[in-house]
Amino acid sequence: MEYLLIFIAAIFVNNVVLSQFLGICPFLGVSKKVSTATGMGAAVTFVLTLATIVTFLIQTYILTPNDLNYLQTLTFILVIASLVQMVEIILKKVSPALYGALGVFLPLITTNCCVLGVAIGVIQKNYNLLESVVYAFSTAIGFALALIIFAAIREQLELVELPKGVKGISIVMITAGLLSLAFMGFSGVDGGLKILFGI
Amino acid sequence: MEKLSNSLLNMTVVLTATAIVTGGLLAFVNDVTKEPIAEVNKQATTDGIVKVMGGNPNIKTDADTIENNGNTFVVYNVTDDKGNALGNAVESSTMGFGGELKVLTGFDAEGNILGYTILGHAETPGLGAKATDWFQKGGKGDIIGKNPAKNNLMVSKDEKDGKKGEVDAITASTITSRAFLKTVNEAYEASAKSAPATDCNTQPTVAAADSVNANVEEAK
Amino acid sequence: MKKYIDILINGLIKENPVFVLVLGMCPTLATTSSAINGLSMGLATCFVLICSNLVISLIKNITPDKVHIPVYICIIATFVTVLQMLLAAYVPEVNASLGIFIPLIVVNCIILGRAESFASKHGPIESIFDGIGIGLGFAFALTLLGGCREFLGTGKIFDLTVFPEDFGALMFVLPPGAFITLGFLTAIVNKIRGVKN
Repeated sequence: MEYLLIFIAAIFVNNVVLSQFLGICPFLGVSKKVSTATGMGAAVTFVLTLATIVTFLIQTYILTPNDLNYLQTLTFILVIASLVQMVEIILKKVSPALYGALGVFLPLITTNCCVLGVAIGVIQKNYNLLESVVYAFSTAIGFALALIIFAAIREQLELVELPKGVKGISIVMITAGLLSLAFMGFSGVDGGLKILFGI
Repeated sequence: MEKLSNSLLNMTVVLTATAIVTGGLLAFVNDVTKEPIAEVNKQATTDGIVKVMGGNPNIKTDADTIENNGNTFVVYNVTDDKGNALGNAVESSTMGFGGELKVLTGFDAEGNILGYTILGHAETPGLGAKATDWFQKGGKGDIIGKNPAKNNLMVSKDEKDGKKGEVDAITASTITSRAFLKTVNEAYEASAKSAPATDCNTQPTVAAADSVNANVEEAK
Repeated sequence: MKKYIDILINGLIKENPVFVLVLGMCPTLATTSSAINGLSMGLATCFVLICSNLVISLIKNITPDKVHIPVYICIIATFVTVLQMLLAAYVPEVNASLGIFIPLIVVNCIILGRAESFASKHGPIESIFDGIGIGLGFAFALTLLGGCREFLGTGKIFDLTVFPEDFGALMFVLPPGAFITLGFLTAIVNKIRGVKN
């Protein structure tokens, strides 16, 4: 039940993009079309879950026992960067079809702050391994959901006549604000569920 | 100067050198800042306790960890510089509207609330976040001086055993108010369970003092 | 001297990282719930940017091309961690209010972006000026955004009350307000710069 709560909270209540502001760059950059948004969402889900497992293990078995917490940021970012490269190489060899679908998005993920943000976040929240994995996976789903919804809105936005000043990034921001406002309707839902299930 | 070529040797040397230099620099800075950071954290805890225990800056505290109903509380037994027991300051937390709500509450020896301070929260700014001032002396939901054993510390909408709650909830933030009062009530129970603050001169035995020190280490 | 001033102005206005280049959006949106938070985040980023620009422009020739990205990331991450420890030790309030967004300066695209596009091609002094210009441009944008949100949401600027808090539109302090305020500010900047799309 706790895992279900983490899942729902991470997707709707504390949506990684719309209420925690992590991963804004790809959210604005690759949301012009629903098809690319879906690809990016899938790639992030894959890398985020994998990266969180690896960084969690490194933190628990290498950094914490040796009192090396001050190397956390440095280690995590290097691990994520090399992991992305490795995934890219392996995918290329093992599954060219999947590589064709996700390949172009992979290099972009290194600088996606939601990967590093979640990796550091699960350590700060004192999650155990399974909770971390569930949290990472649901956060990524939340990212993909926000990205796809937003892409669909932007496709419609293309057809609208706009004043000169707000064209480009400005109207994109305002639209994202309205979407974020809609997601705020979910706030408190996790607390309610908690009371409902008596956790 | 020419750019170094991409030979394997060059790359290995540069990467290793980078790793050594950055690692060494971080270790050095960590060494320098370790003491001040620990000092700052300790100071923050002490300041909080002074604030909720009525503002007397000359106090001594003993930390104690209490388990109650599956929750963990840190109880500080507070004495003034002459060794007179002042009461307990209790660190407790619960789920608020947006996430963990962490409160430090001060009780005198009879269990009356002396003061409280919010240590950490994820409540909505401007709504639930008003809890910082709302329940203070003179605030609309004043709880200072009340005793959780005698007063029904619940929001006025709720009732327990036919008795209505005595505290006005924060406007538009009933969930935060409920969570806050819940954690204060729990803090009171933990405080009552903990050994009452005793005279420093007579107590505690060496073994007990050791375990207290261990708890202080953990609390850090 | 004129060259350096040009670089400085370029970062502050012509290539303002937030309004023109649209880089580093995560901290821009997340930490600007008040003017003072925006300013601290801007200055923190500015510090890392100046240091990393300087070091990278010094070592650019002894870094083989194929490994330059990992080396740059190492350098940036080191400065970020140094900053994080210094803040925790000497200004704990700032550390507490910026939280997780301090380590996330590492993945702020502005810093790696300037390392790639400026510091790896220019000398140390020019790189420092570029760091100052872009960094201050970023800090300026964040303070402006934070100020607007704080003013509209709570009626205060830098904690000084302008009108009573009860009349504030709370939404501007909450996440949606960040997007919307930035959207309108960009529109205003576009108008001033006379951009024709």
